[in-house]
Amino acid sequence: MIELDTHLIRHMALDEKRIDGRSPDEYREITIEPDFVTSAEGSCRVKIGNTEVLVGVKIDVAEPFADTPNEGVLMVSSEFVPLASSDFESGPPGEESIEVSRVVDRTIRESKAIDFEKLCIVPGEKVWMVCVDIDVLDYDGNLIDASSLAATIALMNARLPDLNDEKKSIYGKKGKNKLPMSGMPLATTFAKISGKIFSDPIKIEERSLDAVLTVGTAVKDGKTMLCAMQKGGTGGFSLEEIEQIFDMAIKKGDVLRKKAEKFV
Amino acid sequence: MKKRKKTYLKNRVIFVDEQLIKNGIRIDGRKLDELRPIEAKVGVLKNADGSAFFRLGNTMAVAGVFGPRKVYPKHEEQAEKAILRTQYKMAPFATETRGRPGPNRRSTEISMVTRNSLLPVIFVEEYPKTAIDVHIEVLQADASTRCVGINAAALALADAGVPMRDLVSSCSAGKVNDTVVLDVAGKEDTEGELDLPIAYYPKRNQITLLQMDGIADSSEVKKIIQLAVKGCKQIYEKQKEALRSKYALEKMDDVIS
Repeated sequence: MIELDTHLIRHMALDEKRIDGRSPDEYREITIEPDFVTSAEGSCRVKIGNTEVLVGVKIDVAEPFADTPNEGVLMVSSEFVPLASSDFESGPPGEESIEVSRVVDRTIRESKAIDFEKLCIVPGEKVWMVCVDIDVLDYDGNLIDASSLAATIALMNARLPDLNDEKKSIYGKKGKNKLPMSGMPLATTFAKISGKIFSDPIKIEERSLDAVLTVGTAVKDGKTMLCAMQKGGTGGFSLEEIEQIFDMAIKKGDVLRKKAEKFV
Repeated sequence: MKKRKKTYLKNRVIFVDEQLIKNGIRIDGRKLDELRPIEAKVGVLKNADGSAFFRLGNTMAVAGVFGPRKVYPKHEEQAEKAILRTQYKMAPFATETRGRPGPNRRSTEISMVTRNSLLPVIFVEEYPKTAIDVHIEVLQADASTRCVGINAAALALADAGVPMRDLVSSCSAGKVNDTVVLDVAGKEDTEGELDLPIAYYPKRNQITLLQMDGIADSSEVKKIIQLAVKGCKQIYEKQKEALRSKYALEKMDDVIS
């Protein structure tokens, strides 16, 4: 079955057609639900078509790293639970799940969207540690875009806990202060199938692609900039194809940002 | 004012202060589009079927290839092609602070992108039901370790006699002090604004690895990629040279006699 689908998708791609009838640069329907989980300092559920992820942000006081004593800490991890797809197995995180979390991390970190110096409480001793956990609930392709969208909205809605006199966070009470964050970094993914470029690939398209490129974009001084990249898949890209993807990434990133702004 | 420090590269001596680039000369004495010194050697290990050593400035890696050979565990076997397994590993002493031995998230990701960067050039369909194992050991790290690993791995694969369409060459370019530079290294790596490693498949003019850390507008990123491709073409020549120095015959007489 999978092989037949692959042949059909690759054949249709030659005429820039897709198996689900979308145009090459069209995203599936996107639903966003911020503050889905109240036990987390910030959270967001995102659905892109049949792909569904839930991102939770937990924030607590921790010790800084030795090489950055005045900066807060960001950690992104993801888990592909067997619930989400028959392809996923339980056990330690595999390559794909590590890639998703590292690309989401890279997009947020490298865009300089979070002012890490403002996350310092006592230099060298106490800083805020922001943990972003990506939980994949349903998998139908393009996990990076869904996870990155959910992570950014969850972070922008997250509240830092209040501190007591000993600079420890007060348990069980919601704080008021938002994270120092701007620029709304988002990842957008483009698949190359039979030499043509398509945005937001679904699962069977991901199985049929030659190569895939994720481009992170963020707004800096009113201009959309590129802030992270990751090539996947076993094929290659020509320079012209990469340039085409840059233009699409900027356009699609801005569309997604406009959509996300309503939930922040 | 801080005390000025001297650094040496080959015979050049320059003074170093806060600025990483001065008058088009970089902190380690290189020009903006200059790679660090390259050393490439093929067939450096006895046990591996193919092996290579690659050095780019202070970054050194050794790669060893085993196979095509039987696949264990058996369920990984593929009926129609060979599987390529890559392992990128960094020696604990390769960095300033000791690295914890064993795989981590970073090495797992790099192993994966390395495999994807090499696959397009290998005739995997020629060896069904086998595995080709590539092991990369980074001995000393000073930026671009994945690129140096890929360069060594491509040479080791060729040395092992694995049929290939071409070699793969890899290097990085980036942005330091708002200037586009080739092969970011040392202080530039920790203080620079952007790092973009690529791998390049010269005969098809294709980019098989592309990652980016840092922020820049799209026209700048395009320039950085073009510069990185230029660097890869230089590395390609050095790789071919290394293969020739092991395999090419000295004179035509050798062929006849």
